[in-house]
This record gives sequence, C-alpha cells and structure tokens, in this order.
Amino acid sequence: MSVRRLSPNQPASFAFTPENLAWAKKEIAKYPAGREASAIISLLWQAQKQEGWVSEPAIRVIGDMLDMPYIRALEIATFYTMFNLAPVGEHYVQLCGTTPCWLRGADELKEVCRKHIGPEGHVSADGKLSWLEVECLGACVNAPMVQIGDDFYEDLDASKLETILTKLRNGEQVEPGPQSARHSSEPLGGLTSLTGTLQPAAGDK
Amino acid sequence: MPKLVVDGVEVEVEPGTTLIQACEAAGSEIPRFCYHERLSIAGNCRMCLVEVEKSPKPVASCAMPAGEGMVVHTNSPLVKRAREGVMEFLLINHPLDCPICDQGGECDLQDQSMAYGVDGSRFHENKRAVEEKYMGPLVKTVMTRCIHCTRCIRFTTEVAGISELGAIGRGEDMEITTYLEKALSSELSANVVDLCPVGALTFRPTAFSARPWEYKKTESIDVMDAVGSNIRVDSRGAEVMRILPRTNDDVNEEWISDKTRFVVDGLKTQRLDTPYVRENGKLRAATWDEAFAAIAAKVKAAKPERMAAIAGDLACAESMKALKDLFDKLGSANIDCRQDGAKIGGKGRAAYLFNSTIAGIESADALLIVGSDPRKEAPVLNARILKRWNQGHFRVGLVGEKRDLTYPYDYLGAGASTLGDLVAGKHDFLEVLKGAKNPMIIVGQGALTQKNGAAILAAALKIAELANAVREDWNGFNVLHTAASRVAGLDLGFLPGEGGRDVEAILEGASKGDVDFVYLLGADEIDTARLGSAFVVYQGSHGDMGAHRADVILPGAAYTEKNGTYVNTEGRVQFGRRAIFPMGEAREDWTIIRALSAVLGQTLPYDSLNALRDAMAAALPHFDAVDMIVPAHDLPSVSDADLAALGDDTSPFAVPVKDFYLTNPVARASRVMALCSAEFGAAPAQAAE
Repeated sequence: MSVRRLSPNQPASFAFTPENLAWAKKEIAKYPAGREASAIISLLWQAQKQEGWVSEPAIRVIGDMLDMPYIRALEIATFYTMFNLAPVGEHYVQLCGTTPCWLRGADELKEVCRKHIGPEGHVSADGKLSWLEVECLGACVNAPMVQIGDDFYEDLDASKLETILTKLRNGEQVEPGPQSARHSSEPLGGLTSLTGTLQPAAGDK
Repeated sequence: MPKLVVDGVEVEVEPGTTLIQACEAAGSEIPRFCYHERLSIAGNCRMCLVEVEKSPKPVASCAMPAGEGMVVHTNSPLVKRAREGVMEFLLINHPLDCPICDQGGECDLQDQSMAYGVDGSRFHENKRAVEEKYMGPLVKTVMTRCIHCTRCIRFTTEVAGISELGAIGRGEDMEITTYLEKALSSELSANVVDLCPVGALTFRPTAFSARPWEYKKTESIDVMDAVGSNIRVDSRGAEVMRILPRTNDDVNEEWISDKTRFVVDGLKTQRLDTPYVRENGKLRAATWDEAFAAIAAKVKAAKPERMAAIAGDLACAESMKALKDLFDKLGSANIDCRQDGAKIGGKGRAAYLFNSTIAGIESADALLIVGSDPRKEAPVLNARILKRWNQGHFRVGLVGEKRDLTYPYDYLGAGASTLGDLVAGKHDFLEVLKGAKNPMIIVGQGALTQKNGAAILAAALKIAELANAVREDWNGFNVLHTAASRVAGLDLGFLPGEGGRDVEAILEGASKGDVDFVYLLGADEIDTARLGSAFVVYQGSHGDMGAHRADVILPGAAYTEKNGTYVNTEGRVQFGRRAIFPMGEAREDWTIIRALSAVLGQTLPYDSLNALRDAMAAALPHFDAVDMIVPAHDLPSVSDADLAALGDDTSPFAVPVKDFYLTNPVARASRVMALCSAEFGAAPAQAAE
C-alpha cells in the first residue's frame, strides 16, 4: 500500500453510456429507498469498466446519482485499491509479486514489463499497455502469473510474457490461462498421485 | 438498570450506558482520544481499554455497553500494559514536534503520554509524513500529527451538518481531508480544532502566537448573536488572544460559531481609544471634558422631543438602562433598541422570547420556521435543531427564503400569503403542527422586520394557538433574535415612549430636520446618511458607520473589556466579564453615560455597577435570576383585526443576516472575518430541493 491520490490529469466530464446507465439504475433499485448509497461500489466498478479507471468527474457523477456527499464517494474510491485512480493502458497488466510468484521468477517478469511498457504505473506511449505490481491473485499453483484485463496468464517466464505483451500490442489474440503444457493446475510431468486403480482397502467389503 | 462494580465501587447506571460513562460515574477516569460524549461512538483509538472480569481480552470501554454484574478494573497492571501498547502504536507515526506545536500544553496525547508513554521508541523505520490539507482560512492542518480519531469527521457530519470531511485511503495511509481540499463551509467549523486531541488541526489565525499557560482565562458571554454562547476569553497582557467555548448544556453545549471565536482580531483594529469632536467638518481627538461640553451645549439647545437615542446590537443591559434613564430625565421618549425596525416588544415578554428554550428544541417534534435562517442567524442554535432532526420523527417547515439549513425541510412558501394560508388552515403543514405533541414555531427577524411585521407576529401567535403549542407544560412560541442586546433592550423598555419616535421615525425626522440630536449607543447598522444635519453622538468601541457620521465620539469598551449583563433570545440573563481593560481613554459604557448625566445636570442615581444592577433588578426581578430562565406566560391574545394587515404578499421574508461574517462593527474590523467573507461570501440562496 502507498498513498493513493487522484491523477493530476482529469477529464472535463464523465457520463455513463446509455447501457451502463440503465444497468446502474437497475443496480440502485436493488436497495431500499434512502439506502441508495449502498450501490456505490458497483457503480464505481462499472465506471472503471467503462473508462479503465475512476476519474474525479466520475466520482462526482456517481455521488450525485446516489445522493451522497462527494467526500464519501472519494473515501470509497481511495480505500479500495482495485479502483484505478489514474488512467491505465488498453491492456492493464497486474503482476503478482507475492512470495510464490516471486520465488518462481516474478522479478524477471517485472524486468520484462519495465523494458516493454515502461516504469510501473505509467501508460506506454502508444496507450496500449500499463502495469502494476499487486499482491497475491490466488493462482500460486501456476506461479508466476499476471492478470491482464480480466484474464489470468499463468506459468510464465520472461520470454512468454514478452510474446504476450508484443501480441497484445499488435492487437493479436492471446489465449489466457497457463502458458505451459498444462490445462489447469495439474502436475506438469503427468500425475504423481492417484495413478493406480482404486483398490478396496483390506477389511472393506 | 444494570449494576456493576468499577474499581471496587458499585454503580447503577441507565440501560444503554457505555462502560466509559459507567466508569466516570464511579469516579474512575478513562483516557480516550476518539470517544466524545456529544459524538457517535467510533471505537478506533483503543486508548480506553479496561479489564472486565471473565472477559478474555481488555475491552474498549467506549463501545461496550455496561452490563449487569460486570466487574471492571481500570488501573490494573493488565490495563496499564494494554494502554501502553496502544500509546506506543499511536506514537510510532506521531512526530515529536511538541515544542513547535500549537497544541502543546493542552494536548490530550501529550498529557496521556505522561501516564502511558514509554521513554524510548522501538520503532526504527521511517515515520510517516502527510501533506498538509487546506481546510479554509480558520483551520490550520499539520496532518502528520493526526492519530485518526475521526472526531472531526463525526463533528462536521453530525453536529455541523455538512458532510465535507472524510478519511481517504486506509491503514497507515489514511488521511483526513475535505473533497479536493475545499474550505469547510460550516459556520461551526473551528470546533473541530477544539475536538482534535492532538495538534493536527489548530487555529490558523492565532498560529504560533501564544502558549496555553500564558493566558489569563475569563469566563464571559458572546455577543455575536442572540444565543449568548458561553465563552472563555483568553487574554495575555492587554490583548485578547483567543476565545474558546465554555460548556453550558442549556445554551451552546460546547460549541461556538466561527464568528464568536475568530472575531478577536477585530478587537484590536479600528478602535476608538480617545474622544473625538468634529470641528470644521473634521474629527479631532479631544478630552472627555471637551466632548461632554460639546454634547451639553447641544442638549441644552435642543427640545426633548427633538432628541433621540438608538441602541445598537452589542450594547449591554447596563448601558441601555443608563441611557434610557438619562433620556427619561431629559424628557425625551424617542428611544429605540430595534435598529433593524423589527415590529416587536411592548406586548408582553413571552411575545419576544424564545420560550421553548434552546435545550427545549430537543423535546419538540414539529417545527415551523418563519422568516429566519437559523444557520446564519444563530449557528449554535441551528446545530441544536439538527441534533433534534437526527433523532428522527421531526418535521420542519419553512416560510421565507430558501436556504440550506443543513437538515431537510418542507418548503411551505415565501412570505405573508403562505402564513395567511396556514392560519386559514389551507396548508397541510398546520395538520403536522396540530398532530405534534410539542409543536414549535420560530419567528425570525426576517419576518418581523417586514412592514406588516406586527401582523406576521400575530399570525405566528395564531398558528401557535391553533396548534395548541402554548400550554401549561410547553410553550412552543419562539422569537429568534439576531442582536445580543435586543431582549435586554425590550425588557428594559428601550422603546419609544408615549408619542415617541421609533428608529424609522428618528431617521425620517433627522433627515427632515425634525430631530436635532441623536445619541447612537453602538448603533452602526442604520442608514447613517439619513441622519441629515442632526448632531450625532456616537458611543461605541469601533470606528464603523456610526463613528464616521458622528459629531462627538465617546470611546466605549468592547464586550471583552467590561462587566456587562446580556439577555439572550431565551430571556436568559448572563454576565459578561471583563478580560482586559478598555483601550486608551475608553471607559465602560454605563460609566460614560453616568458621567455625561452629571455634566447635563441630570445625574443618574447610581455610582457603582452594583447599584445600577440593583436598580435594574428592582424594576425587573428576572435580572436577579442570573443564568436561569424565568418563564414568561404573558402571550397576547390575537384578534382578527391584528391579522388584517397580513395581506397576501408572496415576496420572501428577507433573511436579515446578509453576510454571516460581517454582521457587527467588531466583525467588520476583523481581518479574519473579512477573509472568511471573501471565501464564503454572502449566503447563496439554495437551489430548489
């Protein structure tokens, strides 16, 4: 954690797209009258999905929609680290640097990011990529890994990440998931347990 | 009622009492930072830990309800160790800058670290540093010192009614700030400084000017509005350094408005410190004898019916009593204490008092505000209304200008016609008032200063009658004054006598040449251009409108420089006390009038303050009931004829306080108030709700 501030570069305004606005209204309607503020997190999240980040005008617009003071909306937006308070690239790389990933080479992945994208928290010149080190994303079995957009890319090494980033930059498709021979989190060299047929234990009938 | 044992003392407390309150009741003091009696419970500082038998861990006593049979220890070794642990954590990120901190000497953290602090730090990492946050011209921030008790956030939200302060970020990086560092827009904002247990929030105007132990502390009464907030005037030498609130649950609880607090620098500027006499169109400094001689010459030449006196908003009861007695002796009935022309007084005391009392607001369950913006006219009283509103089941209706009062209200209409509808039962808010157990009506000066003010007052009385708001056990008819002197003036009968002129007639007469001599007792909020060619005596403390026009200036004492009696809007008689001596040649106001009376050959029969006060109390016994409410039961009855002049005017009752920060000569002389006025300006009308 570090101090989180609103980006100095803010857009002039924010508005939900018509679809998102309809969605937001449905979300607000889930809560009883007078408790509309309960929808704050879903609305901020939707704003982030729309824009890639939560801008200051968005905080105000959402505060007005929910009839809550701006400072209360700002409190929420700054409390939760999943809300980006500054613009991110089209492909937003969240790189896990927690112990299992770090042991399996997260530092090398960071180097790749620095080389290909630039310093942490900055958007690349073409606007395509930005990256941030985050805490454990819960995919330790497939360490090291990154999350790009909504997808996990696992079992990485420097060259694999480089390939992924290059492809994304060029607008090519990349298959999410383990970037090894694995489908999921099974052992890489074949099964190591439960290999035989199941025998009833002595005494069982 | 739960019974529990605290440090061997058995106490019985109300159900719902917290442990910390029970401990206090048992005489055990509990250290605390975040807990405050008048704010909601946060439970985040953990300093109030106590040991409760059969509880596995120390318990935060502020957030734990007192239970039957609890056995509590507040000074066991476990408690001491736990609090020392809390203190060590608090001090990890707290800078050790007490020598340059304005809170030093009155700092909760400093004081409590004497009991629970350890002598060295085990923290060798970098300390946190936080950027300072702008919160306006009154509150200075040094956010590195903040211990995140959140008292300021709770105060602004719950008491001041503005949700502008918040905590952004979290954990170690939590920071208290306003949205994008805008200035706090409340009239009560500086109370957060009193609440701050450390030096994170301090007074910006008085930064680095004095240490708390250097002050001489004088308990006094505020005159910025008619609430009569209890204050403590801190002075050093011949200078008032600051003003702090004093706790009085019946009046201001423990809050005061920003104007009350920061008007102090106005006490040092624009002061009249010597008599002046106008010669060849120019004022020149003179002696008291010269000034009195100039006045005596004019008074002797003027006929009594061509003389007049106007008392201003800050005048103390003693000076008004003396001036009234002097004019009685001179045979003039042209006296008035209602600078703003309010149509009030002379009809019974209950018709101009805030009869429900300020504390009584909490027992009301419906409120009609007529022609008032209590937020600007009496911010502390408005906080009491908000407090009642926060408790729920409280409807508020407003007739007058639409303003942000910090609580929602039903907007009924703008002016007299709406009031007429209410009286005629054509408005459903009357049903709300009728349905309430203790309905309340507040009539403001915005309504009473209208041309048909008397009819408006009658209409308000009629509504009170219809709503059964005036009973043996409850009086829901209230007048909210804006001037500290007003109720005392009305009590003393500082009003036009038989055939006498009121303020409007005095000004009218002066401009037409029918009035030759006008005595202004601190009266600055009148149109001095209309004084025409009259000979004007101005007695007061500040060179404001009145002094500019005056032919003779008699330098008086400001409210911090004299012993004076003030009667607040409830009719509560309170004593203001002298903190420092008047400036230069200035004198306490009643003594000036007493001295002048001798020169005029009409010597007033009192030679000491006590004799004057005795004279007041002899005529008006309630002046002896200091700090108390003497209920008034003399509400006049209302006839249809009284209501006839109500009319169907739909223009809004104009709120009398145009700019909250500049309502009186002291405030207008204050640089800090000018800064506030520039920052917040005149109160903007609220957009449609």
